[in-house]
Formats: sequence, C-alpha cells, structure tokens
Amino acid sequence: MSTTVQPPAAAPKHMNRLGYTIADYKGADSTLCAGCGHDAITSQIIKAFYEYGVEPYRVAKLSGIGCSSKTPAYFLNMSHGLNGVHGRMPSLGTGVMLANRTLISIGVSGDGDTASIGMGQFVHLLRRNIPMIYLIENNGVYGLTKGQFSATADYGSKAKSGVVNQLPAIDLCAMAIDLGCNFVCRSFAGDPKQLVALLKAALGHRGTSLFDVISPCVTFNNHDGSTKSYKYAKDHEELLHEISFVPFFEQINVEYQEGEAIDVELHDGSHIRLRKTDKGYDPTNKGEALDTLRNCQESSEFLTGLIYINESKPDFLTLLNMVDAPLATLPQERVQPSAEDLTEIMAALM
Amino acid sequence: MSYKSPQTLVVEEEQRGSGGAVINDFPVSGKNLFPSNIAGLPTWFTIRANKDGWIARRKEIDFLVAMNPETAREDVMGLDPNRVVVYEETLKANQYRRDLTFFPVPFTKLASGITPDSRLRKLLANMIYVGAVGHLLEIDPAEMEFALTKQFKGKAKAVTLNKTALDTGRKFAAENFDKSIVPYRCQRMNATKGKIIIDGNSAAALGCMFAGVTVATWYPITPSSSLCEALTEYMKEYRIDQDGKATFAVVQAEDELAAVGMALGAGWAGARSMTSTAGPGISLMQEFVGLGYYAEMPTVIFDITRVGPSTGLPTRTQQSDILSMVYCSHGDTKHIVLIPASVEECFEIAYAAFDLAERFQTPIFVLSDLDLGMNNWMSDPFKYPVKKFDRGKVLSVEELKRLGSFQRYGDVDGDGIPYRTLPGTKHPAAAYFTRGSGHNENAAYSERPDDYQRNMDRLNKKYETARQHVPKPEIAHAEGAKIGFLAFGTTHWAIIESRDQLAREYNLPISYYRLRAVPFTKDLVEFIEKYDRVYVVEQNRDGQMAGLIKLDIPAHLVGRIRSIRHYNGLPIDARFITDELVAAEKGEEN
Ligand SMILES: Cc1ncc(C[n+]2csc(CCOP(=O)(O)OP(=O)(O)O)c2C)c(N)n1
Ligand code: SF4
Ligand SMILES: [Mg+2]
Repeated sequence: MSTTVQPPAAAPKHMNRLGYTIADYKGADSTLCAGCGHDAITSQIIKAFYEYGVEPYRVAKLSGIGCSSKTPAYFLNMSHGLNGVHGRMPSLGTGVMLANRTLISIGVSGDGDTASIGMGQFVHLLRRNIPMIYLIENNGVYGLTKGQFSATADYGSKAKSGVVNQLPAIDLCAMAIDLGCNFVCRSFAGDPKQLVALLKAALGHRGTSLFDVISPCVTFNNHDGSTKSYKYAKDHEELLHEISFVPFFEQINVEYQEGEAIDVELHDGSHIRLRKTDKGYDPTNKGEALDTLRNCQESSEFLTGLIYINESKPDFLTLLNMVDAPLATLPQERVQPSAEDLTEIMAALM
Repeated sequence: MSYKSPQTLVVEEEQRGSGGAVINDFPVSGKNLFPSNIAGLPTWFTIRANKDGWIARRKEIDFLVAMNPETAREDVMGLDPNRVVVYEETLKANQYRRDLTFFPVPFTKLASGITPDSRLRKLLANMIYVGAVGHLLEIDPAEMEFALTKQFKGKAKAVTLNKTALDTGRKFAAENFDKSIVPYRCQRMNATKGKIIIDGNSAAALGCMFAGVTVATWYPITPSSSLCEALTEYMKEYRIDQDGKATFAVVQAEDELAAVGMALGAGWAGARSMTSTAGPGISLMQEFVGLGYYAEMPTVIFDITRVGPSTGLPTRTQQSDILSMVYCSHGDTKHIVLIPASVEECFEIAYAAFDLAERFQTPIFVLSDLDLGMNNWMSDPFKYPVKKFDRGKVLSVEELKRLGSFQRYGDVDGDGIPYRTLPGTKHPAAAYFTRGSGHNENAAYSERPDDYQRNMDRLNKKYETARQHVPKPEIAHAEGAKIGFLAFGTTHWAIIESRDQLAREYNLPISYYRLRAVPFTKDLVEFIEKYDRVYVVEQNRDGQMAGLIKLDIPAHLVGRIRSIRHYNGLPIDARFITDELVAAEKGEEN
C-alpha cells in the first residue's frame, strides 16, 4: 500500500519544487473586514498552491460578485484573474477552459453568488464536469449587500436583526453529488490543515472539485443564534476523517494498517489518505455520501471532510474530443480549412 | 424543420408577353412563411420568379396553389382580379370569386390511385400539384425530373414514386385544362449558371468556420438555431485534424446567459469565440455584454432577428433589435454592429467579425434576420478569404521580455485600443486582473472619478477608431437625384426594386446608401449633405436606425432625415416602399 515516485532535487527550504517562495503566491492586500472567514481561506489557497508547486502562469482565477468573489485579487498575483458578473462564474470558467485546456482554474464564489442568482449555471457546470476548483465561501448571508439571508442559511438560524430563517437550506454538497460531481468536500475556514490538504488533492483531480467551505461573516452573521458563526462551527465541527495528502513528487513512506484508512490515487498520481474516525466513512460510496449528508442536515451536524470522490469519470473537455493544444492559440493553418475545401462546399451547393 | 400540415404554394410570375423564365436557369427566390408551431397550423411557401432577377418579397400573388382548408378562402379572397388558382377540388375554391381563373384538381383522389398509404398520399399530393403547375406554366418536364432526382438522390423508391406523382399531375392537367388561358409561362434563361443556393445562417456558419472560430456556444431559438447547427455539421467535416481530434468546441448551453458567458470567457482566454441568438436571447445577454464592453473581452454575437417584443412572432422577420444591440447593457455602453444584406455578405462579414472582435477587444454584433438567415438565396460562390487573421494587440512572451511590464488598459497607440495578454503566457508580468468593476490603466480596482472618466473616454476613442475599420457602405449616386434612400440588411432587396419602379413609373431618380455597420463611417455625413432628404427605410415600428443616425450627425442635417417603416412581420416589399415614398414626397411639395 505504498507508491514510490522519485522526488525532485531538494529545493531550498523557503522555496517550493519550482523555486517559488510563498510570497510569489500572494495577491493584493485584502480589503475585507478584519476576521472575515474569506481571508482565512485566501491564506489556505496560497499555502496549498505554494506547497503543491503550481506554476502561477498556468492558473486562471475566476469569481462572480460578492465579498467572497473579491478574493481572487488577494492571491496568486502572477495569475490571470477574471471577476465576472453576479452568479455567472460557471459559464465564464467553462469558456476559459474550452479556450485553453492546459490552464488550471480556480473559482471562488459565495453562497449568494452560487445558490441563488447563479444556481442555473452552477448545476450545469457540475453536470458538465468542467475541470475547475469551485470554492464556495459559505457564510449563510449576502455579505456585500449587508447581511440578507442566503439560500444556504440553515433552517432556524437567526439573523442579526433577530429574524429567524424559516426556509430550508440548500445543501450544495448533496446537490453536487446528485449532479455528477466527482470531488465534493465540505470544510471550514477555521480548519486550515484540512482545507489545505483538500485543496492540494483537488489540484490532482481532473474535473470539477466542489468546495463548500463554511466561512463566517464577522460583520453580519457571527452572532449567537447564527449557525454559520465561528463559535457554532468550532463547537459543532465533526471530522469525517483525518486527511493527509501525498503529492505525486513525494514518496509515500508511512505504512498504515489495512482498514484504518482509505487511500485514493488521484488523476495526477498524488494520493489522498483519509484516516478513518469512528464514523468509518467511505467517500467512494455515493449512496453512503448522500445518506450521510441527508442525516446530518436533519440532525444539524456539521461534518467536514472529503464527502465523495470518484477518479474514474471523464471531464467535459475529454468528451469533446478536442486537440491537446489550447484552442486559443492554434495557428491559422490549423483552424482555417483550405481553398479546396471551400470549392468542394460551394460545388455541393450548386 | 418538418411541415406536417398542408402547405399552400404561392407562385408569382411575370405576365406572359413581358417575357418569362425557367426552373433551374432563371432567378427565383423562395420564402417559407411558417408559424411557430410544429404540425397543426398552416404554412405558406412563396416563390418569386421573373426574368429581371428581383428577389424581394412581392405582396401580390399571381398564381395560387390552394391546398389548405383553413386558409383557402382567405387566400383566394386576397388575390387581385384575373389571377390563377390551382386548388384541391374538394375545397370548392371557385365559389368565392368569379373574376379568377380556376383549375380544380382532385389531388387526394389522384394520390390514392398511386399509393394505399395515407401518410404518403399527403406528400404525393404535393408532387402531383407540382406536375400540374409544371404543365400550366410550361416548365420543361426534363428539368423537373432532374430536380426531383437530385432532391431524392440515392433513394430509388422515392424517385419512382414521386415521378409517378409528377406525371399524374402533368397528365391530369394536360387532359383537363386549357393552358393557353394562363397568362404566365416559364422560359429557359441562362441567369443561374455557376450560382449556389444557400441560406444566410449556413453562409454565416461557413464564414465563422473559415475565420477559424474555435469556441461556439448557443441556446436553441428560432431563427438562429440553424446557424450553430450548420456550423456543427461543417466543423465535423472540415475541422477535425489528422489525429481525429476537433480543433473546435461547440457547446449547447443551458441558456443565453451561459452561452454568451462561455463565449466571453473563451474570448478572454484567447479563443475566437461566438454565440448566435435572436431577440429574447439578446435581452438575456445584456449584463454580460456590458462586462465584455467594459472589461474589454472579444466575442462575436449573431442576432438573427425575429419579430416582436417578448415572444412576438418567432417565425417572422424584422429589423427591430438595432437599439438593443447598439446599446446592449446598462450604463454608458455602445457596440459595433455589422449588417450583411446577402448570403455572400453573411459569409464575408462573419469572417470579418472575428478580426474586429480581436482588434477591438469587445463583443461584435452581427445583425441578420429570419428572412436572410432561414430562407434560401441564390448567390455567386463565396470567395476564399486570403487575408491573414488579425489577432489584435496580444503581447507575446518575447514582447513582454522586451517591455518588462505592460498596462492592460493604457492607450499606448493613441487609438483607444489597449494591449492584452492571454492566461497561460509564461512571463511574470503577463498576469492582470479583469473586472467589471471600476479599474485604472493597470487593471487595479479604482473608484476614483478621474480614473473612471479617463477609462470611459478611452473606450469612446476606441469606438471612434472603429469607424475606420468597420465594413464601408455601398453607395449609389443616381444622376439628377435630389433625395436618397438609406437602408441595410434584407431591406436592400426591396430598395433596389423600388428604385427601379420609381425611375420607370415616376421618373424619380433616387440615390442609395446601403449601410453595413454601426458606428457609421464618415461617408454618412457626406451622403446626407448631398441630398435634400434621405429616407431611412427599415423593418421596425420606431425607426430605430433613423433615430441612431439623427443622434450621430451634425444638428443642421437632422432635418433631412425621413423614415419609412415596415413592421408587420413579413419581409418588406418594393411596392410598399415606392408607395410610401411617393406619398411622402407629395407631402413635401405641399
Ligand atoms: C445582477 C446583480 N444583482 C444584484 C447584485 C448585488 N449583489 C452584489 S453581491 C450580492 C450577494 C453576494 O452574496 P454572496 O455571494 O453570498 O457573497 P458574500 O458577500 O456573502 O461573500 C448581491 C446580491 C449584483 N451585483 N448584481
Ligand atoms: S461583510 Fe462579511 S463577508 Fe463581507 S468582508 Fe465583511 S465579514 Fe467578510
Ligand atoms: Mg455569502
């Protein structure tokens, strides 16, 4: 139960395998409220991309509109960013990946951006399995428009004004699994270790990876009675498993007892190892994943971890049978049929 | 598209004596008038044939084939006196009028003599009337057989069956009718040699394919669906490389918002991208199109215009989305719109649109309509585009190395067009952050009043630059003309015929400016300056283009603009324009 891959020549301590420092993965200064969960997630994205060793020029950052959607400006300054319109990041991201399949795309959205205005595009992105890390910074409210409930606000959760939410919450993870997403996880802005491991695993996955990350809004939804506050999340977080990630360029050397952990090989040869808790959870079992989510919604449990993974499904670009090179930069001679072709077409129309 | 309901064929021919013409070799234009429905509503097909080559719709019907019980009465009542009607005997069309020439044919009965299959019988009845009409109009039987064999190529059984039907119709007409009382006939000409027949949407699809489009996204809507459907078929044939892999992606999106979002995302990442839709789709795309304008992302958007606000008349034609294209999206936005009038121009302008999109880094609209897009038109074969693609101001790694850095929204060249880089460019200075919120030259977030205004002024300058790069108008100055026509798109075909009518019948020479793009080139003002009055003829209620022109030209010329508008959903016809113009000019005299 171990795989060996030759590690590259050891890089200096403060550099990753590509010779970049962590500062190279930073972005502009954040203008969010101090303590906002979104900033914590930004730090974990920086860390994960640094540790995995992603070439910044190969990354496309995407987002919609909201406090959360501002964050791509705060990480990976050396990557192109596209901050679109409210709720429509999925279509922009799809277009970007169609144009250049060699890019690594990470999209950051909010619960409003995804679960309300953007729901239509979101479900189709999942259905198509567009290669993209799709991270929802879920705070149960619309932060940027000052605290209205979103569609992921838990039933019974209290707004700052005292109003109680009487509508059921949309469980984005359950929906994603239903729609065919093959990498679905839930995490918490206050659990950096887990989030970094999951992000690195997502970098090794081919297809959409969905992140539903509880990210408290300290200004509008962090009070007693809120189910998306730091306190509530800390008090209620239950790990499905302990996660460790072994990148393809490192040797797996820690042996473990059969049955004690689940080890999944990712598309790029990396491994994600899920050490079982007493829950004995198996994230490769779709039915179990959906049952678990349903149960925990009923019992108001806050489970985090890799909820579902399936490494065998093709992504949309593979289904389209496109050439390997980016469509965007194919030269004229490869995309313009010949004069003889036109003559042939014209003859058929005579 | 399938038409399971009975069809009424409407033929219009020049009078016998003024010379006629013939199937295959004389200019014809066919227009399908169909409802937004799959099976249970009537459809009409009009064919216009005349030796002079006029191909616009003509209101008056000369020769009616009435097959449709629901509309036979109205169709017959609408004819001018002395016209010809071939009709299904059981419809008793002759009860409605005494001043027409009637030819009753028992189509159903004749068809049951050929096949016991009731479904086939319906189809064969159509071929029987073709035979009967062929006889009455003296169409060469050999030509008809040739056309039939071509249509059913490779289906021997269908050829035999349909040929039997054709002969049955012909024989019935020969035995029962006196064709000498028909005042029309077809005569062989040689006006169609080397021509192709194609619909505008297929022509535009070809233009896109030869322009090297790589990402096409769409959501089904009449009358635009056939553009991306044709594109898909052509691409599968001509854009698969030697490894069997596609050099393109065509995606049927979940709606028009997603379609244009994908197209813009792809354009941003460097692909030649496009989407195609009709008015309702344009409405949905608005917010995204504003992003494309303000954040400067290229793509090409086809609007194959149909009729109406709301759902309107989805299967009829109009030119009523001009303002929704030019000013698509909120805030200060304005767009480049290209306007083909023929299938050949659908090809050429589709091709040009991709160069313009990448040069100007903005969404480019192509305005076509149902009449052009979905009907078949005769044309010269398209010419192979020899021009090298213009991929616009995209900085390469080498250029970045030389420059060290770049300003995404700076105006280096004084033409308002900034430089861009594509994601995936391997240089530390290549990256920038694109946003639809306020930004400065460096693409950094900014709400500063001076930053905002400077950027908007640059965008305006870019639009001004575009005036020199969009397709130029086609101008015809008529000798002795004091007034001019201005028209665009499919209105062209009625205008040229109307000019001929006005010259012949009223001795009124009229110059003509055929507009091919917004923003207008400097030729527009020069043209208006030459004439006392310029009649802007268009197919919408509010004179949208006339309004745009008035906004653009110097104040002292505004009073010269007149407006003629046709907006009942049918293609505009020459007689309408002629009558409107004559009435308007009478008014001017008083
Ligand atoms: C079309 C449109 N409608 C409304 C808005 C206003 N708006 C901006 S952000 C936002 C909600 C954002 O909520 P969420 O996605 O949860 O992000 P958060 O701020 O909570 O991170 C809304 C409604 C908009 N920008 N565009
Ligand atoms: S309003 Fe809420 S979500 Fe927005 S930045 Fe402040 S804390 Fe974060
Ligand atoms: Mg939110």
